Amino acid sequence: MSEETVQIFINDKEVTAPKGAMVIEVTDQLDVDVPRFCYHKKLSVAANCRMCMVEVENAPKPLPACATPVMEGMKVYTKSPLALDAQQGTMEFLLINHPLDCPVCDQGGECELQDIAMGYGNSVSRYTERKRVVPDKELGPLVSTDMTRCIHCTRCVRFGTEIAGISELGATGRGEFMEIGTYVEKSLSSELSGNVIDVCPVGALNAKPSRMSARAWEMVQSASVMPHDSVGSNVYLHTLRNQVMRVVPRENDEINETWISDRDRFSYEGLNASDRATQVMLKTDQGWQATDWDTSLTHVADKLKQYQVNDIGVLAAPHSTLEELYLLQKVFRQLGVNNIDHRTQQLDFIDQNAMPLFPYLGQTIKSIEENNSVFLVGSNIRLEQPMLAHRIRKANAIGCEVVSLNSQEFDFHFARHYTWNLAPQQWLQALAEIAKCADSIDKLPAELRNIVDAVNISTDAQQIYDLLNNSQQSSVMLGAIAQSHPQASALRALSDFIAQVTNSNFGMLAQSGNTVGAWLSGVLPHRFSAGEINPNAGLNASEMIATSRRAYVLFNLEPEFDFANSPQALEAMQTADFVVVFTPFNNEQIQQYADVILPIATFAETDGTFVNTVGHWQSIGKAVSAPGEARPAWKVLRVLANKLGFGDVQYQTSEQIRDELKQLFTDEIDFTSHLKDFSHVNLKSDVNKMHRVSETPIYAVDNIVRRASSLQIAVADQESHVAMSTEQAKQLDLLNEQVVRVVQGKREVTLPLRIVESMSDNCVWVQRSAAQKDTLGEAIAPVEVQRTANA
Amino acid sequence: MNEVSSKKSVLSDHLQDEIEDWISRYPIDQKQSAVLGALRALQHEEGYLPVEKMDAIAEYLEMPAIAVYEVASFYSMFELKPVGKHTISVCTNLSCMLRGADEIVEHLKNKLDIDLGESTPDGKFYLKQEEECLAACCGAPMMQVDHVYKENLTVEKVDAILKELDHKN
Repeated sequence: MSEETVQIFINDKEVTAPKGAMVIEVTDQLDVDVPRFCYHKKLSVAANCRMCMVEVENAPKPLPACATPVMEGMKVYTKSPLALDAQQGTMEFLLINHPLDCPVCDQGGECELQDIAMGYGNSVSRYTERKRVVPDKELGPLVSTDMTRCIHCTRCVRFGTEIAGISELGATGRGEFMEIGTYVEKSLSSELSGNVIDVCPVGALNAKPSRMSARAWEMVQSASVMPHDSVGSNVYLHTLRNQVMRVVPRENDEINETWISDRDRFSYEGLNASDRATQVMLKTDQGWQATDWDTSLTHVADKLKQYQVNDIGVLAAPHSTLEELYLLQKVFRQLGVNNIDHRTQQLDFIDQNAMPLFPYLGQTIKSIEENNSVFLVGSNIRLEQPMLAHRIRKANAIGCEVVSLNSQEFDFHFARHYTWNLAPQQWLQALAEIAKCADSIDKLPAELRNIVDAVNISTDAQQIYDLLNNSQQSSVMLGAIAQSHPQASALRALSDFIAQVTNSNFGMLAQSGNTVGAWLSGVLPHRFSAGEINPNAGLNASEMIATSRRAYVLFNLEPEFDFANSPQALEAMQTADFVVVFTPFNNEQIQQYADVILPIATFAETDGTFVNTVGHWQSIGKAVSAPGEARPAWKVLRVLANKLGFGDVQYQTSEQIRDELKQLFTDEIDFTSHLKDFSHVNLKSDVNKMHRVSETPIYAVDNIVRRASSLQIAVADQESHVAMSTEQAKQLDLLNEQVVRVVQGKREVTLPLRIVESMSDNCVWVQRSAAQKDTLGEAIAPVEVQRTANA
Repeated sequence: MNEVSSKKSVLSDHLQDEIEDWISRYPIDQKQSAVLGALRALQHEEGYLPVEKMDAIAEYLEMPAIAVYEVASFYSMFELKPVGKHTISVCTNLSCMLRGADEIVEHLKNKLDIDLGESTPDGKFYLKQEEECLAACCGAPMMQVDHVYKENLTVEKVDAILKELDHKN
């Protein structure tokens, strides 16, 4: 960053501005209002709307403030007769074709054109000819269009090219016939597509799910944080009559800048789902009965006390609030339960004692942009963490090399990217090859050293090592697929080792909005709150469902979806003696295994805190009240604690709970992503057997997103299927098959077969649609793919 | 997870050669410069620009499909829908207008029984709406028939030209 500055005068006031800045950046900083439509601080300068005209001394004509760099001694007048005349002239031209339909326009009341027309437009139009009419475009279930209102600022086009990384919208035609659209009808496919709604300065692009449902001035705005990924994007929830009507980004340059993912923008529909739990329900001999909180919690307390503490398993979702998670583990720890966990998507826990305090990204979100190279291990980062992928893309645009170790080429939006395609059972060997390039492998324990010694370094491995080693700033990131790998511990250890020897940042991509919070608050079998070691470690999530417990407490989880081995989880619930479910939703599926349904509030209906992947604590207030009998879970847990006889659990506010946890951190929070040692790793695998590999679909990550209807429509055409390369299909003699049978252990499923050439040998991709459960078992495991039986 | 197959295969060998030739005229990292040449070659072969083949060109030149559509829809010389075999465009700019271009247009419209911008049902003729001066004012009124200039037009001359084209088929 050059610190060179120049002195300029804005409306006769002398200011210091950085050299090379545009006039509009300086006036914005000074809060001097200059009208604009096409300029957006996060997009490139187009200077095509001509609204930001200002007078510059000695310039013969007014100049666009967005495209005029500051110069020493420059004198700028934003409100002079020349400037105003130019601005008013532009306004008149823009209003020639813009319809005067503000009363029926969704943007009315929050429209940049409307606002600026109030300041710079005439009250009566001089234009009497016919206005232009433009047919609307169908852009899918998320963005609605009224293209006659479009003023051709091209912000949405630039957003697609520069931010989303997929050019889908463009300006076709010429002159009066120019239109913004996709030319061929198609839905916007970017996971960030909803942001075009915000950048559009008029009512041409609007949010389809909330279209015509509320007026901007009727709604109340509450600051909030979204829990669906580990970034914790800052948002405003707009509410009306105790309902969240829509979600818009809240600017935070450290976290989400001015953007949010579609998942964060439209997941609110899940809050208003038809199966919201509104009543406390108890299963009796006569079937399900509605009851009151007191009766049900007394019942729960009495029942739980009947079981040996080791017979109880407590499983919580990592998108719950920090207060809920902390109190949950506190109550059950007081009861003596150690089987407490949130890591339901994980299969390998052997290194849990070596884990750092929490799965840390290893750097700030903003500093991702400064990387010269990034190595992604087992990650489809665009779908897992859209905002982090966006930061990598920004780095990539200025030269950062992105390489990944995956089972196929994912549809990344990076301009330059290389995938090392290998079946998941070979990832350990691949990482061992990279590790072998290091000068010394003494830091590794003997069993890993043996593996490293046994491999031969391939060109891919050498290139990745050299890239990381020679980059000034580089990162190794462990994605969701790697973390749900049966050898996750070994992949973690080797990735960390590679990061250390190449002087790279090591980062684990936390799964959900409060995965970090769950680690800090101690929703873990082996650690108490604040990372204190539990000498009597309980069972982990996987063991809890594999060795059926007699009683389960499910917190905000749906076992049929939320586990790395969902069918097993569902079975465990169905065979258990007593299952208490804390849930915002109640449906037949839940009633099949539950014995008590305790309706709780969602993130929008309770005060709470989320800790993101960089350890940033963000507390939010409730925006609306929970429906019916549903209550914030921290209040429910407080009462349950009292019923269990723990009288000391007395909190008046959720802040008290948060502060109690905060005080447990007596030392400075240890910001490290490195493992304490590499000694516990799982090396068992069937390298020679063909494996399946899967990911959680982007709109299936938690119970709220799964119920967001518009998002579900957006991915409705993404059917469940199994994918393999032509070569693989030939080997299995399946090339001519439409559907095939996938057999995994004792379970099997019949799925359509798709050929994806980038699939690595010796593995298949099992994709489930967002609405469907996985009925096979572990996300990565040996499978056989066969012809259907009647062939 | 769609089947990943190269779209290039929908382009004829000849077209691929043409595109390669255009690409070779520009710096290696600026393949998209060849888009106009590629579209012109495509139109020459197909008579218009089918979406499927524009997508193939986009893949060929490593540019987003929408960027190819933008170029194709910007230039009035490109046809986006199938049109008649012979393209007739009458200049109606100032010099030609003063020398009776409007009459020529009227005559063509009546004779072919179509409006400007339409093709005859038999697919032989396409009466193109000409946007600008074709720079042959010395021979006004004039028209372009399949890129060949026909100057100093009269109604009779137009009839003769149409007849000749009809025979060619």
